[in-house]
This record gives sequence, C-alpha cells and structure tokens, in this order.
Amino acid sequence: MTATISTTSVTPTRRRRRSARLSPLLVAFVLVPFAVESVWVFWPAIQGFWFSLTRWDGMTPPTFVGTDNYVELAGDATFRGALVNTVIWLVLFGGLSVLGGFGMALVLQKERRFVGFYRAALFTPVVFSLVVTALVWRVFYQPDGIADTLLRAVGLEQLIRPWLADPQTALYAVILPALWRQIGYVMVLFLAGLKAIDPALHEAARMDGANAWQRLRHVTIPQLKGVNAVVLSVIVIDSLRSFDIVWSLTKGGPYHSSELLSTYMYSTAFQSLRLGYASAIAVVIFVLALAVILGYLVRAFREEAS
Amino acid sequence: MNKLRTGAFHTGMVLLSLLWLGPVLWVVVMSTRSFDDIAAHGVGSLPQSFTLDTYRQAWTDGGELRALINSMLVTVPSVALSLGLAAMAAFALSRFRIPGRRTILLLMLAGNLLPPQILLIPVAKFSELTGLYDTLWALIAVQVGFGLGFYTFVLHGFMRDLPGEIQEAATIDGAGTAQIFTRVMLPLTRPALAALGALSFTWIFNDLLWAITVLRTDDNMPVTPALLALQGQFVSSWNVIAAGTVIAAVPTVAVFLRFQRHFVSGLALGAVK
Repeated sequence: MTATISTTSVTPTRRRRRSARLSPLLVAFVLVPFAVESVWVFWPAIQGFWFSLTRWDGMTPPTFVGTDNYVELAGDATFRGALVNTVIWLVLFGGLSVLGGFGMALVLQKERRFVGFYRAALFTPVVFSLVVTALVWRVFYQPDGIADTLLRAVGLEQLIRPWLADPQTALYAVILPALWRQIGYVMVLFLAGLKAIDPALHEAARMDGANAWQRLRHVTIPQLKGVNAVVLSVIVIDSLRSFDIVWSLTKGGPYHSSELLSTYMYSTAFQSLRLGYASAIAVVIFVLALAVILGYLVRAFREEAS
Repeated sequence: MNKLRTGAFHTGMVLLSLLWLGPVLWVVVMSTRSFDDIAAHGVGSLPQSFTLDTYRQAWTDGGELRALINSMLVTVPSVALSLGLAAMAAFALSRFRIPGRRTILLLMLAGNLLPPQILLIPVAKFSELTGLYDTLWALIAVQVGFGLGFYTFVLHGFMRDLPGEIQEAATIDGAGTAQIFTRVMLPLTRPALAALGALSFTWIFNDLLWAITVLRTDDNMPVTPALLALQGQFVSSWNVIAAGTVIAAVPTVAVFLRFQRHFVSGLALGAVK
C-alpha cells in the first residue's frame, strides 16, 4: 500500500537517482530526532497506558490491578463533574472562539484605515502566557476590581459576587479570559484563509446577483474548507489540553466546580500521588482526543500523498 | 449611509479594541501604583500615585531575575535544538527516498498531537530515573522531544516544495550531503525557520505544565510558574504582582514585535495548506 503511493507520488522534478544509497549521515539525520522523540514521547505514552492498569504511589513499585481504575472512574462523582465541565469547556471555549475569531476575520478582512491596529489589538493577548492572562483577569475579578466597579457604575451592584470563588460562576469566569486570548489566534488563522480565496469567485457570485449572506454561505465558507478542518482540530486539541488558565485562576475549585479532566488528572497525580488512577484519567483524555488526532493525521497523509 | 456605516464600524472596533487592550493597560498602570494607594482605593480605581519600586521588589525580592535567567537557559537551547533536529529530519525525509519516510513523518507528528497528560507521569518518573528531575536539562529535553514532531512536519512541507534542481546542481558540483544541508537547504528554509523560531520561543517561554511537572525547587522555576509563586508570596500586593506580570510578558512581546511578520505567517503555516 505504502509502496504504491510512494511510487505514484514521485513527480519528475522530484525524482532522485536510485543509485544514491542511504549514507550513514542521512540515517543519523532521521534516527537521532526520532530517537529523541521516542525517549520523551513514544515510550512515555506506552508507559502511560500501562500505568493506568496499576495502583501506584510513586514510591513502591506499581501493582497490576487490571481495569480497577476505570471501574472506579465510572463511579467517581468528581471525575464525572470534570468530564461535564470539559464538554462545557469544549462547547463554550471552542465554539465561541471559532465564531468570534471567524466573525472578527470577516469584519477585519478588508484593508482599510486602522484595520491593522484593530487586528493587532485583538491579537495582542496571544503572545502572553496563560498565566499572565490569568493574572490580568484576576485584577478584573478581584473584589472591588474592574468588574465590580463597572457593575456598580451601571447600577447592577446586586449581581456582584466573588466571581472566582463562587461555584456557580467559577467555570465561566475562567472561560472568559481563555476566550479573550484565543479569539485573536483563531482570527489570524481565518484571515490567512480568507486571503487565499480567489477574489474572482466573489466577483462572479456578485455578478450572478448573490447577496452578502449568500456569498458568505456559498463561496466563503466552502472555500475555507481546509482552514475549517485545521481550526477545528486545533480547537478540540487545545480544549482538551487546557490546563494553565484553570490552574492559575482556580486550581479547579471551589469544590471542583471549575475542574477539567486535565486539572483533575494533574492534582490526582502530583498532589494525591495516585499515579495509576491519574494515568487512567489521562487515557480518557487521550481517547477523547483520538478521533480528532486521527482526522488530522489522515488529512496530513493525504497532503503528503498528493 | 456609507459614512454612517464606516462610523459604526470604527466605533464598534474601537470599543472592542479597548476591551482587548484595556485589561492589559490597567495592569501596566497598576504596576506603578503604591501599596497604600491600592489599599485605600482598591484595584478598580484610577491611579493616585506613581512608583517603580514595585519592579525592584518583583525583580529581586520576588526572584523574577532568577526566573528570567532560568527561562532563557531553557528556551534558547530548546528552540535551537528542536529546530536543528527537526530540520535534519525534514531534510532527510523530504529530499531522499528513505524507506518508510511517510510513516516516520506521520508518527512524529502524531507524537506532538498527543495530549501531554498521558506523558506527564512517565516523563516525571523517567527524569527521576535518569537523575535529571528538578534540573533545567529535563525541561529542555522534554520540550525538544515534544515539539520535534510538529516542527519536522512543517519544515518537511516547506523543504519538499523547494525545486529539486538546486540540490542536483550542488551534487554535480561535488557537494556532499552535509554541505547540501548546511549550505543550500538551511539558507533556503530560513523563512520557515524564522517563523517556527518565533512561535516556539513563545510556546516554550510561556509553558507552565511541563515546568511544574519536571521541576520542584523554586530556584529552578522559569518565569511562568514563578509568576504563580509570586502571587502566593505577595498575596495582596497587587502592584508587585502586576509588575511581575509585566516583566514576565516583556520577552514574548519583544520577540513578537521583532518577528511580527514571521510570527503571524508561522501561525498561518498550518492553516492554508
């Protein structure tokens, strides 16, 4: 299978002479990076699956317990809460950053006065770490901070609450800063995609009497197919990985109300020292990400073959 | 009508930009306020004092200097090593008919797409085993290992599209594989390397998760985790925390401003293929 694909994909300009046998240098060029990744990624990943079948405190050797950890997960209310929160995170953080980023890209795609400045403003938080973002927003949420001052100014002081310490609002108070940082990033991806669309297509659609909405629906969005796929994979993978912002703002609290699978996994592993159980949570995260990862790889494979 | 729409556009965008830049400016302003000012008027009020002592406190008492040095000691070698190794692999895989090259490439990319959570415990244990735990070496190693797959994939795509004639000409002129790599391919790949360099600098510099997984001692922490520690140390000194935040953000902002074009094209690299 692989063989047929590789022979058909060789175009005349790229054909190498068969006689050039693989020099030891070339072998090293591939093997050294591959070995580094094997030691720090592939081998740990395999171990991760194995650890999820053990009970382990990190001090004494792990003992094999079969699927006990997974059975326990099924009855663990904190885990279930974290799973629900992760889904909420995926929908709100992922969905709104795609909508917001796409919307801003549409609004800011045309070159006109000050557009460069607006783009830069939206993009600024992308260069900050999530910890910096978290601290910026902590000031916002602080009792008597900006949020409270603003609410008081418009006469809505009855809404004021300890935003990050109230189990009802903690998760959403964490999603907001994450969105604030992500929208600019998604916008840049879409701006690049929009730029690559042939303007003649829009021109032709306009000639045929298509209005702005129809052009968006039938020209822009279909043309962005490639970007959409990339953005969706990036968003899902990013959502499942999200850790820094939650860890810096609430550490998953109060009472696990903003707990995500990633934070629950970390605290189970490095604070409760239940390494086997934490590995099982990590495997669940992996399984959730698997479909997206495979989709991304299939796309990458097709590109390679073309 | 058209004027009205333009006006609405700019009004809306100015408000939105304010929403994005406002919180940042607020923190910068707050970092120059005195403790008494904030204690008396709260973090939500306008400044009524000016001091730069907060930066001294964050810099020396808060250990930000040490943390920045650690960050640089990790970030610079990690970026150089991972791009170097990725360029080698991408060169060999894209310009030579290495058996199984497609599988190798996709396997390497797949490693980068894994959720890091599955790797945390094994990596922490492995670095304990090798004696690297709680040293910056462990952080460098894991950053290089984890980033490699993605960089290799992007550089591979770039190198593959370079015309084959250049390499053939160099071969005819008697250049060996090593010379073709360093003298011909690397210079041609510079735009992609610059883009990935700017991106990976911010990624590694901004990282929190790997640092708190393989490091324990406060003195070894890079600036991102150190900022969290600073928050514990100066609990209600919001001005010092704000100063620390500004210090932690400056290097990535500087890299972004210097390599702005590369940075944005780097983000878009994956998107427009």
